[in-house]
Amino acid sequence: MSGVRVLVGTRKGAFVLTADGKRDRWNVCGPLFAGWEMYHLKGSPVDPNRLYASQTSGWFGQTVQRSDDGGATWQPIGNQFAYDGIPGTHQWYDGTQHPWEFARVWHIEPSLTDPDTVYAGVEDAALFRSVDAGETWQELSALRGVSGHLWQPGAGGMCLHTIVLDPADPGRIVVAISAAGAFRTDDGGATWRAVNHGLRSEYELPDPKAEVGHCVHSIAMHPSRPDVLFMQKHWDVMRSDNGGGSWREVSGNLPSDFGFPIAVHAHEPETVYVVPIKSDSEHFPPDGKLRVYRSRTGGDEWEPLTNGLPQQDCYVNVLRDAMAVDSLDACGVYVGTTGGQVYASADAGDTWTPIVRDLPAVLSVEVQTLP
Amino acid sequence: MSEVRVVLPVHLRNLARVDREVTVALPIAGIATQGAVLDALEAAYPMLRGTLRDHATRKRRPLVRFFACGQDLSHEPPDAPLPAAVAGGDEPYVVIGAMAGG
Repeated sequence: MSGVRVLVGTRKGAFVLTADGKRDRWNVCGPLFAGWEMYHLKGSPVDPNRLYASQTSGWFGQTVQRSDDGGATWQPIGNQFAYDGIPGTHQWYDGTQHPWEFARVWHIEPSLTDPDTVYAGVEDAALFRSVDAGETWQELSALRGVSGHLWQPGAGGMCLHTIVLDPADPGRIVVAISAAGAFRTDDGGATWRAVNHGLRSEYELPDPKAEVGHCVHSIAMHPSRPDVLFMQKHWDVMRSDNGGGSWREVSGNLPSDFGFPIAVHAHEPETVYVVPIKSDSEHFPPDGKLRVYRSRTGGDEWEPLTNGLPQQDCYVNVLRDAMAVDSLDACGVYVGTTGGQVYASADAGDTWTPIVRDLPAVLSVEVQTLP
Repeated sequence: MSEVRVVLPVHLRNLARVDREVTVALPIAGIATQGAVLDALEAAYPMLRGTLRDHATRKRRPLVRFFACGQDLSHEPPDAPLPAAVAGGDEPYVVIGAMAGG
């Protein structure tokens, strides 16, 4: 029988949650790497036993772990992320130029076709690629040539947190950086361009034609329609129908269009999920009610999903990598909170159940659908 | 060749899959220094590269501290000789994660 494996990264370790295809009884394994910040774990789409994990510490820096047996055992792999050439400088909070300095890996994205190829999005923002299963990493440095000197960190640091690989075009990659914006390559990383046309930030970025400086929080794509991208921006939920060439707002009737994660249903390319957060200064759900919002129309029209989610006194946050979908039928949706809960829905969001309640603050949730 | 005992903090023990204390062998030639101990430690346990010192600059990470014989050696230069008791294997060289947090 098919099943799912949910990879949960938290502030104090990683957890692996497994269930069969019914997704009603869960086994919780962990903590793995206890005490370390586990920013992100993700499995290879072509080899589900191949997992990569970003393990970080304010004391001991960055480590990367790899499992070749579905998470039963792990080994440390390459942790040297050396910027290509002279790293140069970017804009600092006070407007001066500041040297590029590696801090941590925020996001790991295994290749869609090769289990030994994997991408890492790092802070200070850059994209690295490994073609030897994570033993060594090389920067795709042309990205920082797109006005990198004007990039400025957001409150969470200047991190490259989103890597979207195009299943139809191996040369196309879309990445997002806080607070620089979205960028796309069509030639495997040799050249890049900003893809931020249509994004608006009235006060922070008054120039509507600003090439960079946009605070993108997350981008999602359905593999059957790679030209259609959905974005949760700092404020605003956005949609592009031309691979990021232009964006239009689809926030519609959301109670707040601030938020972090965004996801697309595994089988319905026009069904999109977001988790509205009250504001950029109050990182918790509006009215103390944790509501995932679902649009079945590709945006604009949204419905709250509340059945099984806390509807009073709930003041958690859901971070940008902490929502994922499985590809079973019906599609499963998973949300991890800074309060340590992971909620799962086995019916595309209609009903929810906490599959684990008291973990450390959840940083990331990924799910693997297993044969 | 001399052998130096090194005590690691719990997170690095787990990362390197070792017990609290490891022993590293220093080259015959030269003086036993902090830099030589850290070089030997990283050579024996490559997964520790980057966790104690920056990969490129080789500078101590800000929240890592080095102690021996009741002394804080964190600010000593890497080529400073180790205390004789450490170089002789009588006392351990202790790596500590600094008190920090809140």
